[in-house]
Amino acid sequence: MPHFIDRRENPKDKSLGNRQRFLRRARARLREVVDESIKKRGITDLDKGEVVTIPTRDVREPRLRSAREGGRRDYVLPGNKEFEKGDQLPKPPGGGAGEGGREASDGGEGEDAFEFALTREEFLDLFFEDLELPDLVKTDLRDVTTTKYRRAGISPVGTPTNLNLLRTMRNSYGRRLALGRPKTSTIAALEAEITRARADGAADDDETLAALLAELDLLERRRRWVPYIDPIDLRFNTFEAKPEPNTQAVMFCLMDVSGSMGEREKDLAKRFFMLLHLFLARRYERTDLVFIRHTHEAREVDEDTFFHSRESGGTVVSTVLREMRDIVADRYPSSSWNIYAAQASDGENFTGDSGRCAALLHEALMPLCQYFAYVEILDAREMEIFRDTSQGAELWRHYLGVAERWSNFAMKRVSSPAEIYPVFRELFHTAGGERAEAALRRMPS
Amino acid sequence: MTAHRRKPLFEGAEWDFATMERTYEAIQRVALDDLGLDVYPNQIEIISSEQMLDAYASHGMPLMYRHWSFGKHFAREAELYRRGRTGLAYEIVINSNPCISYNMEGNTMALQALVMAHAAFGHNHFFKNNYLFRQWTDAEAILEYLDFARTYIAEAEERHGVVEVEAVLDAAHALMDQGVFRYRRPPRLSMAARDAKRLAREDYEARTFNDLWRTVPGAIAEDPDARAEELRRRKAQLDLPQENLLYFLEKHSPVLHTWQREILRIVRTIAQYFYPQKQTKVMNEGCATFVHHYIMNALYDDGLLTEGAMLEALHNHSNVVFQGEFDDGRGGGLNPYALGFAMMRDIRRICEAPDDEDRTWFPDIAGHGDWRGVLKDAWANYRDESFIQQFLSPRLIREFKLFTLSDAAEDPHYTVQAIHDERGYRDVRRRLAEMYDLSRIEPDIQVADVDLLGDRELQLRHTMRDGIPLAAEDRERVLAHLKTLWGYDVRLDSTDGAEATPRESATTRATTSDE
Repeated sequence: MPHFIDRRENPKDKSLGNRQRFLRRARARLREVVDESIKKRGITDLDKGEVVTIPTRDVREPRLRSAREGGRRDYVLPGNKEFEKGDQLPKPPGGGAGEGGREASDGGEGEDAFEFALTREEFLDLFFEDLELPDLVKTDLRDVTTTKYRRAGISPVGTPTNLNLLRTMRNSYGRRLALGRPKTSTIAALEAEITRARADGAADDDETLAALLAELDLLERRRRWVPYIDPIDLRFNTFEAKPEPNTQAVMFCLMDVSGSMGEREKDLAKRFFMLLHLFLARRYERTDLVFIRHTHEAREVDEDTFFHSRESGGTVVSTVLREMRDIVADRYPSSSWNIYAAQASDGENFTGDSGRCAALLHEALMPLCQYFAYVEILDAREMEIFRDTSQGAELWRHYLGVAERWSNFAMKRVSSPAEIYPVFRELFHTAGGERAEAALRRMPS
Repeated sequence: MTAHRRKPLFEGAEWDFATMERTYEAIQRVALDDLGLDVYPNQIEIISSEQMLDAYASHGMPLMYRHWSFGKHFAREAELYRRGRTGLAYEIVINSNPCISYNMEGNTMALQALVMAHAAFGHNHFFKNNYLFRQWTDAEAILEYLDFARTYIAEAEERHGVVEVEAVLDAAHALMDQGVFRYRRPPRLSMAARDAKRLAREDYEARTFNDLWRTVPGAIAEDPDARAEELRRRKAQLDLPQENLLYFLEKHSPVLHTWQREILRIVRTIAQYFYPQKQTKVMNEGCATFVHHYIMNALYDDGLLTEGAMLEALHNHSNVVFQGEFDDGRGGGLNPYALGFAMMRDIRRICEAPDDEDRTWFPDIAGHGDWRGVLKDAWANYRDESFIQQFLSPRLIREFKLFTLSDAAEDPHYTVQAIHDERGYRDVRRRLAEMYDLSRIEPDIQVADVDLLGDRELQLRHTMRDGIPLAAEDRERVLAHLKTLWGYDVRLDSTDGAEATPRESATTRATTSDE
């Protein structure tokens, strides 16, 4: 008697531990892939997996084995057609024609590279790794929260589709019992009795018949007073949308694209924007992106142009703020949008313009914004010089004034990805409830 | 076809457990009563495709310790499967008692029947009866042992860290092919005895450890005679030369901790367990294929299979035993299923209807009549190399149109040495047998010497066969692993046959200064 066992229901992911060990092993290569992929992807596109190609050399399992070339070897092969003993065949260039069927199966190491898919979580983990996010924040960003309707008990009002039949009928039955609604069978019996009395020839004025008729009349009236189902019996299932406290947000990406912003600077800026977007996409059902770049004049562009095309010109930062102000007034009334802004620049500005920037922020933008994050992208040498945050170029000094007055203004100098996260510290800092609250102060009620 | 056909066991493609059991019993009747097979009790497990991939990744074993290489194989297989580049095996079978076979849930009923006949009876009989498996593996204890290995390594990871354990496992895996005894049978231990021994070993080492000994100056180094004597004694004690590198390192490495030695032991135990399977690929698959072919035909003749089911089984059977030709772009090698199946069918033919050629070549079995007995004897007492040497007939050589090609590195040409004709049969047969001789395929590497009193350099000797060197890049990597296990310099000399002096070009050292 065989022993059949159904293993299909066994817990899945038995090999998860092995996979984690494998990913750790291939980390260096995976990091490269993620970095490349971030350059290619759009800001909104961060949230999915990636197919990775790993060169087998990176994750090789070496064994002491015979080389494929050199020495003298014999093969036995099937399918001889015209060869005779002693025939000589030219070797194909590159060697390795007849493999005797064994070397090809050396653990399947024949290929140069193999592909596999990273899941979304694994991809984000690697992305976060660079940014050095605290763990709590990581979990928070990875978790996809969705709006769900939940049962919220029974209510006497509702739409017919949500009618709770059981509760309604129970109420109806209790009421009918309490108020003594005559049963259909009682009335039928009475009617039968009347018919029989009539058939027996009883006249309408016959006493018994009259009594019967009177009783029937009473019962029928009573049936009308006590209907089978009364509006007060009705009960409906109610559902409540778990109050997902958000509607929509708009994120402004502001960037200086003058000649001094090179590839490295733009790449850093992109990570900065991506992180903010990831946060917003979690919190809001809908997130709009507006890209404004500027030299000595500002212009709204699409994402591709934003990151990839170059422009020459001077640097007047206030233009970009003014452009943002106009767009907000035009398209994103702060009564129905949560407004976030992220600005990246190398800190240079046209002399005398920085005061105008601060004024614009104070008067026009900060009252409207949930959060305004500014990063100044420097190289390592500049980082050394400006270690003291109270020192800086004109723009930095003016922005310091803004930061003093507005708690929702954050600024930071960065020269590597790991330094980006602290800019958002305020945003991620508070615990769950408070954060939602803080972020949603402006949510229309 | 018999006049009164019986009712078929099943119709259509769907399977359920009742049908499986009914079919299993019919198959068992043929396997035991007709073929007279001798099998372990069967345990048949139904698994999903993901679980099949899982099993693939870890040597097909249901329990395995954790290691990144299994994750790598899983990721690779899963991706190939997802893209439809490869199908999955219909089954995996494990040499254990009871004999566990995994059947895929996606198989049709006809396929399930085929798979049961193939694995639960064909492979099962082979595992239970072949001398290599009987002598070298312990079907009773393997699952228990794997469980022990898994727990032990998980605990080691907890105690010493994943990275530390991984370093030892990586190094041990690199030496897995050199971690088997090829000629000496390892003692068979019951699980309990093994555990007791391990504990005793650890206990003894813990009790006798005294760090002071390290500080005692070497008094013997003064007298040259005593020194030579000591050297000779130590060498004998080390049991040199030694072919099992993992065993040697486990016993004699000066730097390993007890838990690291235990991991080496685990890896080499598993390597030893799989060693017979590597030596009997043609026979094992041939046996299983022959058995399923016979059983399916017997069931069909009894009217127990519908035409449709039989057609499907035949279709799958012929896919399995497909043999391409050397130049048709499919790799060109011999398919072990095809070769094994053809040889076993040929043995039956020689027993039942021999011709003159067979009588000359196989006087012992030609016209023997009892082909079942002859096959069972072959299954029990041969491995691939000796089986081919003994039973490959001229007729099969003609059928496969086999020829041998020699490839010398210094020649601009391949030379055809023998073809399927009167002059070539023996040569083809001998060379084919050699192709399945593991001691020829795998490089011969042994521990030659250790200068324990000097710099403790570990000296390995690779005896080249036909001037074939080791794959260079891998050799460097493996030597680096070896060095972490040995703790001191490691030197690998390649010598050509009996030639004693190492070929300078092939000498490799993994020395401390390299790193």
